[in-house]
Amino acid sequence: MAASEIRPKYLNLLRIRMPVGAVTSFAHRLSGVLLFLALPYGLYLFDLSLQNPEGFARAAALVHTPLVRVLSILLVWSLAHHLLAGLRFLLIDLDIGVARRGARRSAWVVNMAALLLVLAYAGSIL
Amino acid sequence: MTAAAHGLRAWLLQRFTAAYLAAFVLYLIIRLGGGAPASFQAWHHWLAGPWVNLAAALFLVSLLGHAWVGVRDVIMDYVRPSGLRVSVMAAVGLFLIGMGAWGLRLLFLVAWRGA
Repeated sequence: MAASEIRPKYLNLLRIRMPVGAVTSFAHRLSGVLLFLALPYGLYLFDLSLQNPEGFARAAALVHTPLVRVLSILLVWSLAHHLLAGLRFLLIDLDIGVARRGARRSAWVVNMAALLLVLAYAGSIL
Repeated sequence: MTAAAHGLRAWLLQRFTAAYLAAFVLYLIIRLGGGAPASFQAWHHWLAGPWVNLAAALFLVSLLGHAWVGVRDVIMDYVRPSGLRVSVMAAVGLFLIGMGAWGLRLLFLVAWRGA
């Protein structure tokens, strides 16, 4: 008992080697929370854009401010990752890609695809 | 309802809303991906159409249900003291209901004015 209590604990995330599926899963959670936090801002822009032509122009101008552009990169990553990882989880629920090899490969593909999509997006708006 | 059935219901809700959210987001990307709507009139007219309006309302309700299950799971994992946990969940629930009321009222007004 005493021996088991001195097992090393690596809570330092930089020292824990996470399997690729854990990265996908944690990022799915993180991106979901970010999208949740973005809700009121998105709804505000939606409301503004539908009030009248002036509101529409103001919403369009807001979307083009540097701050919103930078935040939109974070949100596009969140949406891309959340959508792709979510589709992967749905397929796994349907018993598709459950075996370790396939699951690892699809996790890697999801992580990379979300990053590639956000790079393409960032490149297109900057 | 037993706890297990309650969990199953949340699990199913999360997956059905996920499928609809994914489908609608892909539709939006295809429909609007080429560029932002050109004018207020075009944007308003598009959203006032009964099918798009209804689909958007369903999207909003699905989104809020999906967010509720997801955020609730995150809270249950990271917020340990039960009093604080219940308070945070209540705040999130009220926030989501507020978002829903705001969004649905807006969509209804757009359909009303557009008709």
